Amino acid sequence: MGVIDDSEQAEAVLSDSVIITQLDKVVAWGRQYSFFLYPFITACCGMEFMSVAGPRYDIDRFGAALPRFSPRQADLLMVVGTISHKQAPILVKVFNQMTEPKWVFAYGACTVSGGMYDNYATVQGIDTLIPVDIYVPGCPPRPEMVLDGLIKLQEQVVKERQTNRVKGIAPVGEADDRIVT
Amino acid sequence: MITLPDLVETVVKIAFILGLTIGFYAPIIGWIERKQSAVMQDRIGGNRAAILGFTVIGLFHSLADAIKLIFKEDFVPRGAETALHRLAPVISVVPALIAFAVIPFGGTYNLWGHETRLVIADLDVGVLYVFAIASLATYGVVIAGWASNNNWSLLGALRAAAQMFSYEVAMGLTIIGLVMFYQSLSLVEIVDKQENFYHWGIIWHFPAFILFLTCAIAENKRIPFDTPEAESELVAGYFTEYSGMKFIMFWTAEFLEIVTISALCVTLFFGGHQIPFVTVSGLIDFLGFLGPNGANAAAMLIGVAVFIIKLTLLIMLQMSIRWTLPRFRYDQVMKLGWKMILPASLIWIFLVGAGILTGVMPAV
Repeated sequence: MGVIDDSEQAEAVLSDSVIITQLDKVVAWGRQYSFFLYPFITACCGMEFMSVAGPRYDIDRFGAALPRFSPRQADLLMVVGTISHKQAPILVKVFNQMTEPKWVFAYGACTVSGGMYDNYATVQGIDTLIPVDIYVPGCPPRPEMVLDGLIKLQEQVVKERQTNRVKGIAPVGEADDRIVT
Repeated sequence: MITLPDLVETVVKIAFILGLTIGFYAPIIGWIERKQSAVMQDRIGGNRAAILGFTVIGLFHSLADAIKLIFKEDFVPRGAETALHRLAPVISVVPALIAFAVIPFGGTYNLWGHETRLVIADLDVGVLYVFAIASLATYGVVIAGWASNNNWSLLGALRAAAQMFSYEVAMGLTIIGLVMFYQSLSLVEIVDKQENFYHWGIIWHFPAFILFLTCAIAENKRIPFDTPEAESELVAGYFTEYSGMKFIMFWTAEFLEIVTISALCVTLFFGGHQIPFVTVSGLIDFLGFLGPNGANAAAMLIGVAVFIIKLTLLIMLQMSIRWTLPRFRYDQVMKLGWKMILPASLIWIFLVGAGILTGVMPAV
């Protein structure tokens, strides 16, 4: 077999026979059904978000109900609504304050691309500020689309590995609140 | 002098209590809270987490949460007191656990010639011990708020400290009437005196039960008294800067305090392990066909089961209160504690004294 010096090659060769890969599966299973949301709600999509969280569509069925308003305890940053350039530093700060592992959910056309606000005041898609994991367009998106997006995110989380998970800080702005002692 | 059977008995009892509280009630309360909120809001609640295709009505969501939180980043903010920041969750959890030491969860049974009393420590000042330990939980909260180097944490901690001290005064006074009635501070003796159903605390001290439960929920900082962690005002209160397992330890402390409060209520007001109109010796006689050891063992299991059923019902009651009421404003919390519950408990002490003096209340 020869010497294995590449970690991906090692994973391919050893695959399921080594305990760390099984641990990855258990952790992924846990993360998949336990998103604590940080609802970053700035505009009208918030009404649809309430609908998703409410009795009719009930996002809690997927284990993603508990909102944590401290970014330290949140896993999934729900960016719901238009992000203006005034709002952008706040969004980046909240993203930087979140602890790993973290995911970002772009909810609605405005967060995906700026939507109909094609002007100087609006951020043209939040992926110009922070890395986004799932895009759900629509103005506002139907709750079914949001649930579909959440399920797709769950499928993505299952495939992730511990090792390539760290997102770090946003590529823009200052990393002021992100120092770990 | 501690003999080997005594040592084994104590270790088994401690293991049982730890298993019951941390192993069983902590995850189950998390699940009840989730499911009860879903039912009360006409939702379905978590039902997707499955192992081998089984969802077990959403129970695995508690497991998923635990796995995720253990593998979440452990965060200490810049400028925090690192050592105290790490210590605070532990200081919060421990008092809720050790208060259980004096709560009897069964009667006295004679197993293979060994007298077994189902309580870890039969203190003659059990009631005082519980209150002393409960006030220690304040330290965990205050240290957490102070060590985090965060405005919201500190404000939450100050609120929590003021609230917990205020309600502890009233909580202690609500129990005085009960202590006068049973003429004992030992929880074991109080439970033994409730063998007669007509001497149960709830029958003679219903107002004290209402006052005590209110104070206990306030002391536990749960809705409607959760001003220390009010999301709309203080982000997440004193545990704003905690992530992962440390954050969930504060919640575990809250859940364990629910169990402790319920156990205390069961002991003081609902006769502990006693079944109405059935005495422990009568139960052992009734089960006599199992042989002396079998009868004692069966009676012990029935006693523990009755205790756990009463405990669970009281936990459900607290959960219903939590999901029914909105949050008080902070000044309303203080007003309720000092201007209403405290005078009411003083009046109740007077009424109980008058009742005992005039013979309206029976001597027990």
